[in-house]
Amino acid sequence: MNKYVQVEKVQMVFETKKGKFVALKDIDLGIDQGEFISIIGHSGCGKSTLLNLVAGLIDATGGALFCAGREISGPGPDRAVVFQNHSLLPWLTCFDNVHLAVERVFGRKEDKASLKKRTKEALVLVGLEHAMHKLPHEISGGMKQRVGIARALSMQPKVLLLDEPFGALDALTRAHLQDELMRIVAALGSTAIMVTHDVDEAVLLSDRIVMMTNGPSATIGEILEVNLPRPRDRLALAEDANYVHLRGEVLKFLYARHKKEAA
Amino acid sequence: MTVVSIKQVRAGEDLSHAVEEVVVQKAIHEPVAAEKPVASEAKDKLINIKAGLEFFAKRILPPLLGLLVFAMIWGFIAQRSENLPGPIKTWASAVELFSDPFYDNGPNDKGIGWNILNSLERVGMGFGLAALIGIPLGFMIGRFAFFSGMTSPIISLLRPVSPLAWLPIGLLVFKEAQPAAIWVIFISSIWPMIINTAVGVSKVPQDYMNVARVLNLSEWKIFTKILFPAVLPYMMTGVRLAIGVAWLVIVAAEMLTGGVGIGFWVWDEWNNLNVEHIIIAIFVVGIIGLLLEQALLLVAKRFEY
Repeated sequence: MNKYVQVEKVQMVFETKKGKFVALKDIDLGIDQGEFISIIGHSGCGKSTLLNLVAGLIDATGGALFCAGREISGPGPDRAVVFQNHSLLPWLTCFDNVHLAVERVFGRKEDKASLKKRTKEALVLVGLEHAMHKLPHEISGGMKQRVGIARALSMQPKVLLLDEPFGALDALTRAHLQDELMRIVAALGSTAIMVTHDVDEAVLLSDRIVMMTNGPSATIGEILEVNLPRPRDRLALAEDANYVHLRGEVLKFLYARHKKEAA
Repeated sequence: MTVVSIKQVRAGEDLSHAVEEVVVQKAIHEPVAAEKPVASEAKDKLINIKAGLEFFAKRILPPLLGLLVFAMIWGFIAQRSENLPGPIKTWASAVELFSDPFYDNGPNDKGIGWNILNSLERVGMGFGLAALIGIPLGFMIGRFAFFSGMTSPIISLLRPVSPLAWLPIGLLVFKEAQPAAIWVIFISSIWPMIINTAVGVSKVPQDYMNVARVLNLSEWKIFTKILFPAVLPYMMTGVRLAIGVAWLVIVAAEMLTGGVGIGFWVWDEWNNLNVEHIIIAIFVVGIIGLLLEQALLLVAKRFEY
């Protein structure tokens, strides 16, 4: 009880044409401030649903969710989301996309110059100051996702929610952005929840990995502590016995104990 | 058969024009080529001519040939008919007509220019009012399910009604021909704008709306930053369809209401049995409709992302 993010006895039932579909049940999870949590599981295990519940984009049909002591009753900028497909508005420049968020969160308290400064800082943080005034279609997929991250971070959220943020990127860009995210999260001390299906990504980035059982009626199967020291270096870790062991644990959970039949 | 053979000569002239164009194009390229070695200059020239011919064969020849065939069929039919004037006669009449488009001999005898401008004004008024009301209405229908439920039976019921069926209502309410014609344009061009705008709103990607929800944007910000730009391409399609309908309806509406306008002019010339002028009017209506559509397509292109 009284964790920074608290998920209590959460259940999610969707009404479908074929009747009730229980996506999630009996989810209990507490997250400390500054902790990085990954949620991993096979597709259809409701991991994105769980993230959307914390984001407030959907309402739980049972149980309760709290963030910083207050019940989550809808979406809000204190729980910024980095969407899988970046979700940048194509008619706004990178700067304007981020500025929209900054303006919403700080617009009442701060003057225009400081809003602009915040926007710029967020873009500098993700290394995109040179592409500030470009439109989303003029930049690469990896750059778009960086803008998405900049937009989320610019709101100074209590919790950063990442929904398979690097899923649509090629392996090299993904590795690069994972390192960037690690650096940024370490610098800001952000609390983050990331949905992923990439085992290496989960082990590399997380303090704990929440492993979900298969749906329907998915729930948390196991929670794995990742006690690797930070800062972490992907090259050094590749040979690290502990890393290999943790990676093996996740793989065992996914492919031995909760193997999913090929769809 | 004379008609056809003359037409062929004319088409031959057109061909020579196109060849001249190719030569001119080559001439423009020549100074650049001059800086290069002589061998490659000759090669460039050859490539230029080849490209010019290819452009001509692919882009200019087919429509030219199509028009030629059309004129031939028209001429052929005209020859067999007692009253239908052929292309040559019509062309001569058009030249005469357009040599003085803005004369004014009282309300029943004005130049073709005045008639066109009057029709365009009516279309502009009716269409403008329809846009002013239809587009906001479309946004509301797309955004609020309750409002959509309220309006959808009315729209489904009224949309298929023939535009001219509204004319008596307009005459009854406004007691005058001019506003009644504008009313007909208004009511027939409002539907594509309402429907396309509403569809556009419902097609706004859920991702964008999720961004709005996470940011907790105000309804006004959602409208200006997300809905409006996302719907704009759909809206422009609606506007384009609407102006097409409006221009389509104006001839019929003016035939019934009278006054100065291209539709009434057609009717007037029918009474005068001046068939050349009727055919000219058909071309004028067609060309102006085409220009309106192309202009809006150009505008719409600016709003693609």
